[in-house]
Amino acid sequence: MTSVAHILTQRELSRRSFLRGGGSLVIGLGVTGIVARAGRTANDPSAASSAHTGAVPGPPDPTQIDSWLQVNPDNTVTLFQGWTELGQGTPTAVRMIAAEELGLSFEQVTAAQVDTNVSLSAFTVGSNSTATAMGATSLRGAAAGARTLLLDLASARLGVPVEKLSVSNGVVSGGGKSVKYADLAGGKSFNSTIAATNAVLIQPENYKLIGTRVPRFDIPDIVTGKLTYIHNVRVPGMLHGRVVRPRGQAALGQGASVLSIDKRSIAHIPNVQVVKKGNFVGVVAPLEWDAILAADALKVLWSSKPELPGDGNLESALRDPAKLQATNVAADTGDAESALAHAAKTVAASYFTAYQMHGALGPNCSIADVTPNGAVVLCASQGPYVLTRASVSAALGLPPTSVRIQIFQGSGTYGHSTYDDVSISAALMSQAVGKPVRVQFMRWDEHGWDQFGPAQATDVRAGIDAAGNIVGYEYTAFNHGWTQVVESAAELAGTPLPKAPGGQIDTVASGSFYAIPNRRVTSKVVNGYAGFLKGIWLRAPGAPQAVFASEQTIDALAHAAGMDPITFRIQNIDATQKNGVGRWIAVLNAVAAAAAWKPALSAAKLQSGNIVSGRGVAIGGFANSRPAVIADITVNKKAGVIKVDHLYAAQAAGTTVNLASVENQMMGCLVHGTSRALLEEVRFTRTRQTSLDWVTYPVLRFKDSPKVTTVVVQRLDQPPTGSGEPTTAAVPAAIANAFFDATGVRLYRMPMTPGVVRGALAA
Amino acid sequence: MHVEAATLTKRDFHCTDEGGVMVTKLKINVNGLRHDVRAGLDTPLLYVLHNELHLHGPRFGCGLAQCGACSVLLDGKEIRSCVTPVAAIAGKRITTLEGLPALYAAQRGATGAAPALHPLQRAWIDLQVPHCGYCQNGMLIQAADLLTTTKNPSEEQIRTAMNGHLCRCGTYPRILTAIQKAASVMAAAS
Repeated sequence: MTSVAHILTQRELSRRSFLRGGGSLVIGLGVTGIVARAGRTANDPSAASSAHTGAVPGPPDPTQIDSWLQVNPDNTVTLFQGWTELGQGTPTAVRMIAAEELGLSFEQVTAAQVDTNVSLSAFTVGSNSTATAMGATSLRGAAAGARTLLLDLASARLGVPVEKLSVSNGVVSGGGKSVKYADLAGGKSFNSTIAATNAVLIQPENYKLIGTRVPRFDIPDIVTGKLTYIHNVRVPGMLHGRVVRPRGQAALGQGASVLSIDKRSIAHIPNVQVVKKGNFVGVVAPLEWDAILAADALKVLWSSKPELPGDGNLESALRDPAKLQATNVAADTGDAESALAHAAKTVAASYFTAYQMHGALGPNCSIADVTPNGAVVLCASQGPYVLTRASVSAALGLPPTSVRIQIFQGSGTYGHSTYDDVSISAALMSQAVGKPVRVQFMRWDEHGWDQFGPAQATDVRAGIDAAGNIVGYEYTAFNHGWTQVVESAAELAGTPLPKAPGGQIDTVASGSFYAIPNRRVTSKVVNGYAGFLKGIWLRAPGAPQAVFASEQTIDALAHAAGMDPITFRIQNIDATQKNGVGRWIAVLNAVAAAAAWKPALSAAKLQSGNIVSGRGVAIGGFANSRPAVIADITVNKKAGVIKVDHLYAAQAAGTTVNLASVENQMMGCLVHGTSRALLEEVRFTRTRQTSLDWVTYPVLRFKDSPKVTTVVVQRLDQPPTGSGEPTTAAVPAAIANAFFDATGVRLYRMPMTPGVVRGALAA
Repeated sequence: MHVEAATLTKRDFHCTDEGGVMVTKLKINVNGLRHDVRAGLDTPLLYVLHNELHLHGPRFGCGLAQCGACSVLLDGKEIRSCVTPVAAIAGKRITTLEGLPALYAAQRGATGAAPALHPLQRAWIDLQVPHCGYCQNGMLIQAADLLTTTKNPSEEQIRTAMNGHLCRCGTYPRILTAIQKAASVMAAAS
């Protein structure tokens, strides 16, 4: 087994570098460009296991225990897990899971920097990272397997049967004797698969860490400026690059074509190199400020085609039959049409949600060192192997195993922002100039070349019988979904685009929560190349759009039935679906209790005057997590301004590993969801996107931030289903339903800006 | 950006023409230490702090003074280092996130080694404020400015003071609580 002396966690690295006095982290890139040095990863030639030396491209075999962890001489354990910190506390939860199974304290488990020559392959998303880590064939299983083997060794060493041994803080005790894990492991590898150990997982009733509140290990370094973000990394001989692109992207597939470049326009800035590959243009300079000035000053004439509809025509473009690619029926139970024809009461409406951006507060950043033989890329990413290594290697024309990705913390991304775009940009510039290049996007690059949460037009029609049971439901969504991952740098450099992008629909948030005998869900798949922007995953992908339409419909049905909105929902919840009735009713009851909800018909007693208040509820998550949200709002009718005073959320997501992180994430979802509900809309003309900064793309500010109350409905007997994003989904609909309660008027367009509000009130 | 050379004191700036490029040797006071740096006078302070002094608290967020990720204190008042030319800090004291503990010690008139954490940083840890943490530099700097001038701010005063700082992760509610907590700790200690 590898010595751990060379394995430093990010925290240790940043602390050491701070102690050196400079506070800077300098990393040596190997002369071959494919081996990182400076103690970033173990590089011990005597290591028994080659998986952690960094010499071999990963991912290591996930069935092997040694791929996941090693026991260190100081009786700690180092993980080689692949989940990255996206600002959601996932690495803290991952350490908790490992510590739980190993019988270690939280502090005894650390993790090596995520690195494609060291770490397991993982995809970090708010909906399933801990769910995967908790799997019996994943981290948890590996930790349980290691414990099993260590207990066998302890049994032999101490002469005490395994069943009479206990573990505490990595010390095995029994028969009045004890031995440390480190002494048992003896610097050796486990040399076993997870499966071969037949390990029994720690059962929930014996959890010591899972389900508690563990502070994130990285927060002290964040608040003291010691944490090394990717933006803080520098390597010897590094140059600074900036991309040169039109301000704001054109329609997907139109890219941007360079007509001419006038290099004389930057002759006054010293030592600048212009990099051009196809229509990818960048500038590289020794000083960062010079690179910024050069990118700004370089005169490039771009062709432009008016292929976009303009934001004012987006909804009609989505509904344009000429842009329709396919019609898919995603769910069809009973006979919705007939049921609606015979329903006691029906409601019908059309809804629209604009494109919304990730808008990372820190523009993405990457350092690449490309040589003819390979490349090292230092960056932030959700998927070091499946996304970043794959897309960078493709753009460079290298095999994936010749590209090494090393992960640092970035700015919160909440989906696929430009993190791979910037890595490809750095790689193309490094390849051109033959030196390591650091690229940090400017604000207009990040805003202007992001990929967006897809816009959606939605029609919903639903009906109830005389007893207030939902009898029929028809849902039709028009969107182009995720237009696959199209990295702008690669697109500009000439990488062929994927074939016609397909639509995707959220069938979960379109009525599936309720027991509806006759339900039809139709996806109108719009051709993403027919004059649209890039669509990709954004926190609770697809769900806020769907829930905005569907949960307003449910609310309208409750009103038509003359029933309290929560009572109506509980009456209609589907009791048969997996994890269904218990969770939904639990979160509705929990959120009602938290908000001291008094059952009443919505909008029953409308207040007079300009300032009115209301309260609304909505349910709707992502994947299998179940959040319910109640919104208390105030409306200034003349100004058209909705003020969200207080949001209450209850979330059931199976096992919640770290209550501290999940309560925090639920709060983040509520605030982020409010921002998306009220303010966020990507604007564009017929030729270009025009939301390029925080003025042209306003987001929620401190003054308008709601008070929040969060309740976790813990179910340690169930697997985790994801906690970092689902609560976002229910926020816009809860606010819209509160608006109806306050005014008796429905809002059909998101974001619910003052213009939308005034228009609805005047209609 | 252009800076009138006349506003600069000769002691702090020494300009030379090196091969047609104006390079300036500057002395700047950051976190109580004087540093010799070389930069163009128009270079925003942020790039000098990050690339020359290797300070990681102030961060590039927008370069447009819209978000506050780059904030530092200039003689105790919050400014945006992404749009402040380094020449403009002549003769003034800069405090970054890294300097907040020492600043607090100085404000209390304490002598000896600075505490490890400013009460705001302590409150930020206790309340687990950061998510991605990228914006928190500016939040802490602005809050330090606020608590220097307003010992016991109301919720409304906090919201107003912090309104120019953006967070994408949704940490505003905990920041509000953390500032209130730090204010009470500082009041009790004074």
